[in-house]
Amino acid sequence: MKLFSEIGGYCLMIKGMFSKPENKKVYWNELMHQCSEIGIGALGIVAIISVFMGAVSTIQTAYQLVSPFIPLSTIAQVVRDTVILEFAPTLVCIVLAGVIGGKIASELGNMRVSEQIDALEIMGINSKTFLIFPKIIAALLVIPILVIIAAVLGIMGGRTAGIMVGIISGYTFDHGLMEGFLPYNVFFALTKAYTFAFIIASISCFYGYNVKGGSLEIGKASTKAVVVICILILLADYLLASLLL
Amino acid sequence: MIEAKNIVKGFDERNVINNVSTILKTGQCNLIIGASGSGKTVLMKCMVGLYEPDQGEIFYGGQNFTNMSFKERTVIRKEIGMLFQGSALFDSMTVEQNILFPLNMFTDLSYKEKLKRVNEVLDRVNLNATNKKYPSALSGGMKKRVGIARAIVLNPKYLFCDEPNSGLDPQTSLVIDQLIKDLTEEYKITTVVNTHDMNSVMEIGNFIVYMHQGKKEWEGSNKEIIFSKNKLLNDFIFASEFLKDAKEKRMTEETQKQ
Repeated sequence: MKLFSEIGGYCLMIKGMFSKPENKKVYWNELMHQCSEIGIGALGIVAIISVFMGAVSTIQTAYQLVSPFIPLSTIAQVVRDTVILEFAPTLVCIVLAGVIGGKIASELGNMRVSEQIDALEIMGINSKTFLIFPKIIAALLVIPILVIIAAVLGIMGGRTAGIMVGIISGYTFDHGLMEGFLPYNVFFALTKAYTFAFIIASISCFYGYNVKGGSLEIGKASTKAVVVICILILLADYLLASLLL
Repeated sequence: MIEAKNIVKGFDERNVINNVSTILKTGQCNLIIGASGSGKTVLMKCMVGLYEPDQGEIFYGGQNFTNMSFKERTVIRKEIGMLFQGSALFDSMTVEQNILFPLNMFTDLSYKEKLKRVNEVLDRVNLNATNKKYPSALSGGMKKRVGIARAIVLNPKYLFCDEPNSGLDPQTSLVIDQLIKDLTEEYKITTVVNTHDMNSVMEIGNFIVYMHQGKKEWEGSNKEIIFSKNKLLNDFIFASEFLKDAKEKRMTEETQKQ
């Protein structure tokens, strides 16, 4: 019963955030602020994870490819496709669920508990439109860019690790990257990135916006948001893979 | 004029407000008093539309606020300023940005004009050098005054104050009370204050509504309250010996005046 009530509340929240902005300039500034918060705030962790993710992929792929009949350039192909198809969109978005999702849920939860959301409503501002809409749009704009950055850094990290450990030369790796490249994989990765971005922003907004109680509930809402986002990302990942691949 | 008509509001199958009706006086300082848990804040939140009453209606100047759509309510809400119990200032904004916010949202004034208005209201609440400070750097009394400044920046018709003295020392409470009273008279605002501070009742309340266990128990002026025979009201207001003495003294003064 609670699940249906939460799904209903979530749908109403999404419906309620579509209204005419009271002042377009203020909303634009808020959107830019959110883009900067989400993008710049998460760039560091995304870069670190991506480089190491690519590096480990290269070393582990090389470790598994023991047959002399398989060319070394295959390592680059495997790393490229793994990073583009799975690691960059899914792993990065699961990390972003913690970084961005937790932050949004606790920020909105704190605003709810300290009556800041009520203050917006009293001023005649649609708090859903002002607080939630810019966050979702900013996530949809910025997270796919972060995923592209993660893919590029992941492949670069894999290349660097391969050369440093002496598994593969730079020339062979670059050659392997070009072999059998499917642009559709990038489309698939971006489809996943947009889906996950919407899940991260909307679910965290839902749990944060609907906090009832005090600071303890803010923590609970933040944790619940991250858990639900992770589960939904994995579920969506499976559904998209079975539908689009 | 703000009118509450037969308001009923409950949470988890328990009624917090039970059939409350009152007409709050225009251009005066109206007080809703009562013990903690008597339903003051819930009634106020029903009046401003933060809670939807289960039954009953709220009228602003004869217009039925309860039946209005969100868009229609926005027109009325632009005429409402509210000071929250915890001030509800936006943490991520400075004092200046907090007060600029409603101006940015609803006016076409130039930045210079908006800044002038911000400084005017900050000056009015005696906070001149705090423009660039964040709410976390302010004391409780200062936060309340910034909250008042933000509430009056758009020249509202109605000012709602939820427990403006909670958590403040007696001296700062007096300053806030005086400020609310002065602003009510100066801007001819209809003010509604939720409080259980007896000083506020005596000093600023033109019209007082006493709530007890979700019901309106008594209403009248601050002069009538002295002579009230309502036991629950007297038990609440004149709870201490000190206040009983003050009541006797005030009654004598009022009788002599008459």
